[in-house]
Amino acid sequence: MTQVIGNAQAAIPEPSRPPRARLTGLVSSVIDGVRKGARTMEIDMRLAGMVIALVGIWLAFGYASNGLFLTPRNFYDISVQSVPVAIMATGMVLIIVSRNIDLSVGSIMGFTGYAMAMTQRYWLPENLHFAYDNYSIWIIALVVGIALGALIGAIHGGLIAYIGIPSFIVTLGGMLVWRGLIFKMQQGQTIAPLDRNFSIIGGNLPQGSIGELFTWLIGIVLCVGIVYSLLASRRKRRAYGFPVRPRWALGLLMVFGCAVVLGAMWVYNNYALPPLLATNFAKEHGIIEPAGGLIIPVGLAVPVLLLGGVALVMMFVTTRRPFGRYVFAIGGNPEAATLAGINTRRTILGTFVLMGILCAIAAATQTARLNAGVTSMGTSYELLVIAAAVIGGTSFSGGIGTIPGAVIGAVVMQSLKSGMVTIGVDSPMQDVAVGCVLIFAVALDTIIQRRAK
Amino acid sequence: MSMTTPDAAVKAAPVAASSPLVEMRNIFVAFGGVHAVQDVTVDLRPGEVVGLVGGNGAGKTTLMRALSGARPADGGQILIDGQPVTIPNPRAAKALGIETIYQTLALAENVDAAANLFLGRELKSRLGSLDDSAMESATRNVIGRLNPNFKNFKSPVQSLSGGQRQAIAIGRAIHFNAKILIMDEPTAALGPAETAQVRDVIKQLKSEGIGIFLISHDIHDVFDLADRISVMLHGRLVGTVNKTDVTTDEVLGMIIMGKLPNEVTQKELAQLHG
Repeated sequence: MTQVIGNAQAAIPEPSRPPRARLTGLVSSVIDGVRKGARTMEIDMRLAGMVIALVGIWLAFGYASNGLFLTPRNFYDISVQSVPVAIMATGMVLIIVSRNIDLSVGSIMGFTGYAMAMTQRYWLPENLHFAYDNYSIWIIALVVGIALGALIGAIHGGLIAYIGIPSFIVTLGGMLVWRGLIFKMQQGQTIAPLDRNFSIIGGNLPQGSIGELFTWLIGIVLCVGIVYSLLASRRKRRAYGFPVRPRWALGLLMVFGCAVVLGAMWVYNNYALPPLLATNFAKEHGIIEPAGGLIIPVGLAVPVLLLGGVALVMMFVTTRRPFGRYVFAIGGNPEAATLAGINTRRTILGTFVLMGILCAIAAATQTARLNAGVTSMGTSYELLVIAAAVIGGTSFSGGIGTIPGAVIGAVVMQSLKSGMVTIGVDSPMQDVAVGCVLIFAVALDTIIQRRAK
Repeated sequence: MSMTTPDAAVKAAPVAASSPLVEMRNIFVAFGGVHAVQDVTVDLRPGEVVGLVGGNGAGKTTLMRALSGARPADGGQILIDGQPVTIPNPRAAKALGIETIYQTLALAENVDAAANLFLGRELKSRLGSLDDSAMESATRNVIGRLNPNFKNFKSPVQSLSGGQRQAIAIGRAIHFNAKILIMDEPTAALGPAETAQVRDVIKQLKSEGIGIFLISHDIHDVFDLADRISVMLHGRLVGTVNKTDVTTDEVLGMIIMGKLPNEVTQKELAQLHG
């Protein structure tokens, strides 16, 4: 776009405006330079743009809140609050990529979350006489929730893929059905408190994080993983005689990746347990508190760790497994996928089963964080999840989307919400802002994509 | 693969004498109440190109979709190497060595050349994960032979030219040792240079003993490449003729009037030329 404007103004002599033409020409050449650099390094421009936008949002709120936004505590909270939407958004990417939609994710989340709460509070202890806080309770509850999520996803996916009902209709119906059925389980009562082991995955302090040592260990493991995978893929491409990225680009990517990981771990370890909790901790463990109070680094939150695991598995499934490739092929050209011999029905069914499982995992983290099963949990989350996927670069026309993008999309939305709370924007205006950002993000993406063609 | 061992294949396929590779007998295909293909019988021998011609809606593509498994036939019999087979879906056709190059090319626009070439038949590691490097390597090999100028192996195919996209579709058909190739209007969207390339490929494949059904609107294409010509009109077979026995005018007469050369009067032939 900019290029065209620059040329047009150069062609028509207009003495009053040459500085502007020079400026747009400059902007254009900078954009082209960045593009070229990104191509040499083989990085995803779209993803890089989203990361830059996220950092920009953080800095802007940091400035507007006099630094209040940029504290380890705030980042801990944002990351934990992003988890349910982010987990579900990774599944929504595959749904939207294959040209479907799932409006029922909020209700599935509510239903499975309530069922997990029921399992650990009533079914196991009262009907099956498990001891309260028995170690197997949280595992069984989680398995029940995930199985229910998979079953609900299978019902939706089956109706969509094998009967041929549009996904919009099936999941709109599902949204009403599963939300309604929550009230039939325990007359809609709030179920609290939950099993103590289960509530660990909610990320509430002091028990919901993994502490300083394990946080650093995970950071180091991730760094080793980044370096190893970059080297391994390079070695493999070399062996086949394919072009590889230059040495400097490889080094830059390694340094950047490790810096981001270790930086995040450093932030988590700079969040010390709040004084009251630290005092309780000292009492429980028989430690005598020093004069300045006990400084206990909190470290990585358990739900964030879970999200990391989910995202890695989902990235593996989408980029390394035939299933993921089929989902993208169906989104790109459904007829071509069928003619290539792909079982498109089973693939679509698979995306909805996966979505159901992810809803249950998201529900587990949210239920654990609330430490209660409540009927309203997940209400209107379908919109947040779809928005996160779309802000993260998932295209509604199908065939385009990434897992890291969706996770970043969820973090962007949570950052906007938290940031606006920090600087005192009222709740209705928060919705206005998030809505505008959603449209702006897609508009920007559309314009950039059109220019790239 | 098939391109690397032409000698053995040629020896095995003395064109005229060999038994049919494909026989489609009395094929019927109906869409609702509309009979798209009625009682059509065609055959194909190894190393032979059979041109399928006819106007729009004559049923050529529908007949071939029955062979490629895209839309199974409602009646009739298909024999491959003399054995009766059923072809309920594209996967079954591929297992029988039947590959198809569709007029639309049937490419997933959002993924790269290798992903398209191996779509549904991915190369996998021991644990069942995609082996993208191996697929890219094989793709570079097969497409490199078809189109040496092809460079964009990492781009989504929507950003490629018509000729490059065609190269992927043809590469996909020949990489998997096809015995029988269906080409639906393979040159319709191509420029002159690329059309010449496709003609060369067809001649090469023919010399390797592959049987080819060639659907085309272009009567000159068909006369250049085909050994026999089957003409369809309104879902029925008008007839099958040896290319050497007929003129282009006689084939045009079959396409338009649905009459065999010996049935056409001089008056009708004159009218044809208007």
